[in-house]
Amino acid sequence: MELSGAEITVRCLAEEGVEYVFGYPGGAVLNIYDEIYKQDKFKHVLVRHEQAAVHAADGYARATGRTGVALVTSGPGATNAVTGIATAYMDSIPMVVISGQVPTPAIGMDAFQEVDTVGITRPCVKHNFLVKDIRELASTIKKAFYIASTGRPGPVLVDIPKDVTQFKTEFEYPKTISLRSYNPVTKGHSGQIKRAVQMLLNAKRPMIYAGGGVILSDAAKQLTELARLLGFPCTNTLMGLGGFPASDPLSVGMLGMHGTYEANMAVQHSDVLVAIGARFDDRVIGNPEHFYQEERQIIHIDIDPSSISKRVKVDVPIVGNVPEVLTEMIKLIKASKEKPDQAALKTWLTQIELWRSRDCLKYDRSSDIIKPQFVLEKLHEITKGDAFVTSDVGQHQMWAAQFYKFDKPRRWINSGGLGTMGFGLPAAMGVQLAHPDAMVACVTGEGSIQMNIQELATCKQFNIPIKIILLNNRYLGMVRQWQEFFYGERYAESYMDTLPDFVKLAEAYGHAGRRIDNPAEVEDALKWAFSAEMKDTLVFLDFRTDQTENVYPMIPGGKGLSEMILV
Amino acid sequence: MENEAGALSRVAGLFSARGYNIESLTVAPTEDATLSRMTIVTRGSDEVIEQITKQLNKLVDTVRVVDLSDGGHIERELMLVKVRAEGLLREEMKRMSDIFRGRIIDVTDKTYTIEITGAGHKLDAFLNALDKSAILETVRTGASGIGRGDRILKS
Repeated sequence: MELSGAEITVRCLAEEGVEYVFGYPGGAVLNIYDEIYKQDKFKHVLVRHEQAAVHAADGYARATGRTGVALVTSGPGATNAVTGIATAYMDSIPMVVISGQVPTPAIGMDAFQEVDTVGITRPCVKHNFLVKDIRELASTIKKAFYIASTGRPGPVLVDIPKDVTQFKTEFEYPKTISLRSYNPVTKGHSGQIKRAVQMLLNAKRPMIYAGGGVILSDAAKQLTELARLLGFPCTNTLMGLGGFPASDPLSVGMLGMHGTYEANMAVQHSDVLVAIGARFDDRVIGNPEHFYQEERQIIHIDIDPSSISKRVKVDVPIVGNVPEVLTEMIKLIKASKEKPDQAALKTWLTQIELWRSRDCLKYDRSSDIIKPQFVLEKLHEITKGDAFVTSDVGQHQMWAAQFYKFDKPRRWINSGGLGTMGFGLPAAMGVQLAHPDAMVACVTGEGSIQMNIQELATCKQFNIPIKIILLNNRYLGMVRQWQEFFYGERYAESYMDTLPDFVKLAEAYGHAGRRIDNPAEVEDALKWAFSAEMKDTLVFLDFRTDQTENVYPMIPGGKGLSEMILV
Repeated sequence: MENEAGALSRVAGLFSARGYNIESLTVAPTEDATLSRMTIVTRGSDEVIEQITKQLNKLVDTVRVVDLSDGGHIERELMLVKVRAEGLLREEMKRMSDIFRGRIIDVTDKTYTIEITGAGHKLDAFLNALDKSAILETVRTGASGIGRGDRILKS
């Protein structure tokens, strides 16, 4: 039987086992929406802005490991989606975005709501397609899901002209797909793995540096086993938090610009550094020249060959899927008679404890103004460290990363690469829909939350009971911090005057809210938000926090890992 | 590369987005119409060339990347030059074209159009050998390259 392009699109999504499509209708996708109306295989979540559709699909993907799906119309629908797509691209999130396009004869005619979507999105997708022939529609969607979810994952966009959604053809969904030009490597080179294992066994000051690739490839179990087997200390990047349990004594916390003193010092002074699913980016290692240590050897495990030796030259590159490579390494270590030099390791761990005793995350606990760090510590305590935490971008993001000690992967959901303000709320929607019974907290700032505040309406419509933890310091805090440190305290446009009454705003959207001015009220407010009574209600907590608090430690831009500003 | 719409712009976009420099780029379908072959001439340190190779390989449409300068290879470029060919110059241009094994492919009473093929430096040498004021117009294709001997690029 012949089906229309719109029917085929919807059937393909069903064949892929898609659970949620996040989207917003418009002229070019009306045929697709008409088919969505007629089906019950997946649910559609109507957002209030296309950027939020993509972030919600992204949050869903990060929390589950499955491919997120967003659907937008042509022109402004597609351009609004671009920030979300770039966000997913920078953090390697598996995602398929379907965009409507003007009918094929109108392409290039400056038609109503026409943009060159494939051209605009090209630099921020893993791949994209314009489907001009309905006979290629099903196989293109199959390819999109395959490319998005394999190798180093990423967003794939499929642009479908309106007439293609109307034409009819026989529908057959390909069971498998193979592309001669796309064959991601999974298994690591066995010779290189052997060399790496030998290097680890000979290490005197070893350090594991684990990134977002560990989360994306579901390798937390293997990473934890490897670190414990060798007794090696482990640091995680912002994207890698939860990949190794923060509560494990071998964890030294996050490294990088706002990483802990002990993590940064240990990485800088290690003699063997193992980078796993991490890419030595500027916010992590600072200045590559300062980072370079002649006597240090680096092992780098990554699925993307282009990540290797991009910013830092490495000694043992291993291209492969992280869990497979780690399993192989664990096997070799277990089979080996050798063990790392225990006396040297003990000296090294003692040194790390000495750095740890610097207590780099300390803050004034006696303050009568709410300290943001205190709110996050309490959040961790009250949710027993078991919540999914999304964040926006800025100081609150760094404090959440430092103070919510993640023990499990896929619990910490933030825009690390692109640094997209406005990510947290829509991402939390995707997370909550994926895990309806889980506690989901969106840690945000008063700057970020206003960038996608309209999604409070989506949360009401779809009964999404996330808890919004607003750390409200009336400043674009990270901008203010840089202005204080590096711009002679000239606070250009970083103060937010005329903020709305967030409690009333939440109530206006049909939710509950509370404003907290006093440290003594913090615990009670959080307990209320996560109480059984509020289980099905979105709660908006507006914490009025210290305006002058800064994120420490901090590595100033262009400086090296051991050149931290400490509190 | 897969002979897909947009493949060229993906390559061109990659070079500009990552700040690499393209000296020349040629592309056309191969004997297998589903594939097209591109020759790119670029310049960079070993590290940069390694990154360019990896980034090109990462493009989903790329079937295979080879650095021809890693081994023996041949490169050829085609140039068309329109020159002034009046009076004494008329004979001089014919001689120069013959020396460089060019061919005169279009003639008017005032001009010659010369076709010349070779490695880029030979074309440069030809232009340098001509009186600058005699050159009216030039157009070059950029280099196409292929490995020497048994060395072949296969998908």
